[in-house]
Amino acid sequence: MAVGRRYVDTRKTPRNVPEASASRSAARLTRDAASRVALSAQAYFVLTLRLLKACVTRPFYGTDLVQQMDTIGVGSLFIVTLTGLFTGMVLALQAAFEMARFGAEVYIGRIVGSSTIRELGPVLTALIVTGRAGAGMAAAIGAMRVTEQVDALRTMGVDPVRKLVAPRFIAALVMLPVLTVIADVVAVFGGLLIAVLKLDLTARLYLSSVYDNLAQSGFVLNVIPADLLQGLLKPLAFGGLMAITSCFHGLRTVGGTEGVGRATTNAVVTTSILILAADYFITQILIVAFPQ
Amino acid sequence: MTERRGTGEPEPGTEAFEAQLREEIRRELRMHTPDPNRPDLVELQDVWLSFGDYQVLRGISLGVGRGGTLCILGGSGVGKSTILRLMLRLLLPDRGEVLIEGRDISAVSRTEALELRERMGMVFQGSALFDSLSVFDNVAFPMFEHTSLGEEEILERVREVLSFVDLEPSDVLTLLPSELSGGMRKRVAIARAIVHEPPILLFDEPTSGLDPITTRTIDELILKLRRELNVCVVVVTHDVRSASRIATETALLRDGEIIFNGTPEEMHASNDRYVRDFRG
Repeated sequence: MAVGRRYVDTRKTPRNVPEASASRSAARLTRDAASRVALSAQAYFVLTLRLLKACVTRPFYGTDLVQQMDTIGVGSLFIVTLTGLFTGMVLALQAAFEMARFGAEVYIGRIVGSSTIRELGPVLTALIVTGRAGAGMAAAIGAMRVTEQVDALRTMGVDPVRKLVAPRFIAALVMLPVLTVIADVVAVFGGLLIAVLKLDLTARLYLSSVYDNLAQSGFVLNVIPADLLQGLLKPLAFGGLMAITSCFHGLRTVGGTEGVGRATTNAVVTTSILILAADYFITQILIVAFPQ
Repeated sequence: MTERRGTGEPEPGTEAFEAQLREEIRRELRMHTPDPNRPDLVELQDVWLSFGDYQVLRGISLGVGRGGTLCILGGSGVGKSTILRLMLRLLLPDRGEVLIEGRDISAVSRTEALELRERMGMVFQGSALFDSLSVFDNVAFPMFEHTSLGEEEILERVREVLSFVDLEPSDVLTLLPSELSGGMRKRVAIARAIVHEPPILLFDEPTSGLDPITTRTIDELILKLRRELNVCVVVVTHDVRSASRIATETALLRDGEIIFNGTPEEMHASNDRYVRDFRG
């Protein structure tokens, strides 16, 4: 009887109880949201495949590539330099504060070097360039989309992925590692300023501490410090993610100027999350690939 | 008093001027009426399209050949521009065929679709000029993309088409789209659409947002395109006066269906209540 009653109850309640109706619509909303996410993921995957094909087949847009390298690389140089400088300085200050308790200020170079080259350099540079160039990519392509310029390209027999996305993708792949190296060097220099001016360490002592840390991680092909290689692989992945995600949101822009704003925000937020998540997984892979 | 001094021609804006213009246009239309036996360059056969639950097009069949101008008329949001997007394969139909020069553009590969699109020139409602490029770069864009001509030859061709659309090349070549008036932008967009000499031209609301004089100028330009280039033109518009001037054939769209298809004269003679209401 008890089983039968339960059975009857569960059949009847959804029709009569408002909570059941609310739970049904919540389930539908969840299903719709999941379906939207799955469709977006599929579209993202298709865009990536088309982009990879466009990168290795003709026609190539060399002028656009150079222009994008200028926008992403040269355009972001100042802000990346500033970020690197202050990151290095603040790292040195924090490290000095903690290490003074153990009388180990001489190891500040190790802390600044390792944390900058392995983590902060690539991640902060990628986030800063996303905020500047990634947002610009989404806004530019989004504006072209809502003013039918992307459709105009298609009607003239030009593939927008080839013309708009591929140059941005390749430019980001090339320029982000370059910017990261610059940020790393400037950050080490920032740490040097604090070490010399505030902590009365010699420049030689600080720099040898940075070098010792790089050497400790070993050398790939007896030349490239393993830490530096790790620090260059990450921006390569981050650059690709930034370009694809920003262009993806730009190409899906709808709803006029408000839509462009929405696409830009979505591009920056999604790319930032992807970069931080990718950083974890890449670090995990690199730890296995390059054991200390 | 209504004549231009010394020329014997009526003053613009007068009834006599309008009557003369209408007569000239009728004469041009009679001279260039397309041969009904000529095959259609653009043809839609029983095309159905829906966006989610909303049925936009219900079994549309249309066609127009070389030397013809088809004006697709209808109120806002009835799916007129959607038909142009189907012709360009910016959208795919749920059912039916969209034939461009006899090939179903909705069924071919992406690469073949790009090739078929090169056979068409499109003028968008908002002109869709590349706002970061100069007038020269905009008009030359299809030439740089699809020909191996040198810059000098392309410049020559760009000058030629800008003159064709009644723009002075030396005045506008270096200007950005933001520095042009609405009518000039529209002409540059037409120049870009015809620069690679496509046999099919598509216009989306070519006179929307333009003043009456510029509207008439654009209409005359479309007539000139058909007369001198003998292209096949498809125009989407809600402007009945404009359609009467330029069309060899009209189609009136309502609720996703074509409720009238015939010449402008037949449309003006129609007793159908919606057709009467629409033509005002």
